[in-house]
Amino acid sequence: MNLQDLRIPIGDWVDATVDWLTVNLDWMFDGIADILGSLIDVLETVLQWPPALVTIAVLALIALLARNWKFGVFTPLSFGLIVTMGQWEAAMSTLALVLVASVLAVLIGLPLGIIAARNQTFSAFLRPLLDFMQTMPSFVYLIPAIIFFGIGKVPGVVATIVFSMPPGARLTELGLRQVDAEVVEAGEAFGASPAKILTHIQIPLALPTIMAGVNQVIMLALSMVVIAGIVGAGGLGAEVFRGVTRLNVGLGFEGGLSVVIVAVFLDRVTSAFGSKASSRTSK
Amino acid sequence: MFGRKADTAVNMLQQGHDREFVQDATGTTPAVIDATFEVERGEIFVVMGLSGSGKSTLVRCLNLVHRPTAGQVVIDGIDIGALSPAELRAVRAEKISMVFQHFGLFPHRTVLENTMWGLEVRNVPKDERRTRALEALELVGLSGWEDSYPGELSGGMQQRVGLARALATDADILLMDEAFSALDPLIRGEMQEQLINLQQDLHKTIVFISHDLNEAMYLGDRIAMMKDGRIVQIGTAEEILQDPANDYVEAFVQDVDRSRVLTASAVMEEPIATILRREGPKAALKHMRERQITALFVVDPNRRLVGAALDDDVIAAVRAGSGKLDDILHSDVPCVSPETPLIDLLIPAADSRLPLVVVEDGRLIGVIPRVTLLAALGGSHSNATEDQDTATSSQEVE
Repeated sequence: MNLQDLRIPIGDWVDATVDWLTVNLDWMFDGIADILGSLIDVLETVLQWPPALVTIAVLALIALLARNWKFGVFTPLSFGLIVTMGQWEAAMSTLALVLVASVLAVLIGLPLGIIAARNQTFSAFLRPLLDFMQTMPSFVYLIPAIIFFGIGKVPGVVATIVFSMPPGARLTELGLRQVDAEVVEAGEAFGASPAKILTHIQIPLALPTIMAGVNQVIMLALSMVVIAGIVGAGGLGAEVFRGVTRLNVGLGFEGGLSVVIVAVFLDRVTSAFGSKASSRTSK
Repeated sequence: MFGRKADTAVNMLQQGHDREFVQDATGTTPAVIDATFEVERGEIFVVMGLSGSGKSTLVRCLNLVHRPTAGQVVIDGIDIGALSPAELRAVRAEKISMVFQHFGLFPHRTVLENTMWGLEVRNVPKDERRTRALEALELVGLSGWEDSYPGELSGGMQQRVGLARALATDADILLMDEAFSALDPLIRGEMQEQLINLQQDLHKTIVFISHDLNEAMYLGDRIAMMKDGRIVQIGTAEEILQDPANDYVEAFVQDVDRSRVLTASAVMEEPIATILRREGPKAALKHMRERQITALFVVDPNRRLVGAALDDDVIAAVRAGSGKLDDILHSDVPCVSPETPLIDLLIPAADSRLPLVVVEDGRLIGVIPRVTLLAALGGSHSNATEDQDTATSSQEVE
């Protein structure tokens, strides 16, 4: 028999599974869609409703507190550029999507990382799963997301959560495992409970690594949210996608530049929190 | 026991197979194989062995941070292995505290917060926590540093924080895992002295792990010598030094600085060259001739040392017809107490023509001629050995 004739219908199996899920768990997906949808709407309104200048002032203040006056000046200038390019609404929509997706990704990823750090079996099971989630081309997540949740922001956010969650879990596990065994033993030797050791010793000491993970989650979420523009998630992704379909280089560039500005802001702010955590522990 | 098939490995060991055999057969590393010992309340018990001998694992078994595959740990009559996790935590919080080789301090907490850890775990009220932690810090000489972070302190100071953290809980038992090994020699010596000083007031039960025999001998009331997971000898420093249980221990103790471990009482000889004060110069001269010696120690009927008589003076006194020894006595006899380590005998011995005199409560109990001192330092089994043995065994009786 020729090996080429052999056809393992993995695609068919996945189709069947997705079909089954759509029929039988429809109620669950509807529920998730409702909750996620309203979360996104609320955050989007909060970001878009005030005059752009007010929001920019708040962002500038965050930048100033998180880092230094230079970043505090750069932020309003760069976001001002977004306004003048006419991308403000889209940028705030994207920011809302990123925030919702990354908060949820962190809320799922961190506990997984904590369990993995404490349980070798779970870790061995989780690692290939995370590898799979991270290396699967991100577009592929959009297909089942559309089937389960329809077109719009919700499938975009769901696909984003799946795609951006792995580094959160991975770096949490790594950070916890890197905590000096003797320090953990010191906690144990004085009779502390596992929960107390986790919350008072391991997590504080792993915080710089965990924060690096959170930073990665946010950056991955941003890149995925842009891609999700294809399925109608709106925001800057939709602008970029429109530029591509119309071969409008200018529009594509303006959308792209806005993504970069949002990315720089999110990266600098979150990495500042990470290094603050590490400067305390390395003292 | 580290690794899978631990049960099989335990069985094999009980059947008398050695460590390498079991390791090859099961892929399991038995870290501690046979370590049966009792630690008395209030003593410093040193577990001494090279790296890989299982001593660090052993000390972690004592508070079950490592759970032994087989065997029991009994504290105050309670088998702590049989306790529930919560009960075990209570025992750890109240009865046992620990000091670590690399300090095991929490880098994100201040010195004070580190010291309070054991009390915090026990839910002691905040004010009390603070007072007791400050007391512990004062005890180790770190007052004024409570708001610093461990990373800002030197190694010696960090280990003092480790010690303060252990002392703050008021636990009776103190486990010290190579507590001073990471410190440089000067600081290590200081910390050893400080520990001895603290122990005189606190009377903790201390299990001290060390790979440094000099440290073990200096600190330990008793020492357990460990090799390949087994305890091969338990005894006082002098017992181990004078009577090693096997070749391994003997090879080990060869490098020991005997001058700091052995004391005057261990090497002193029976005083033979003595004379009663009332006997007079003529009798003294007769003694000297008979024994072919040049000096005598003069004692009163209660064996209290009065002085020494030298041959020249005795002959002169006899010629002058003097009837009393008192006139010719030398009172500057080099006296030492039985607990003096040999190192402190060297200078007196060099400065004096007379043998050193060991005196307890004013009574002459032994003498140490230079040859005896030198032989003891060299560790040779000369004719001094006999006397050493009697001295050691008489100590055991005490």
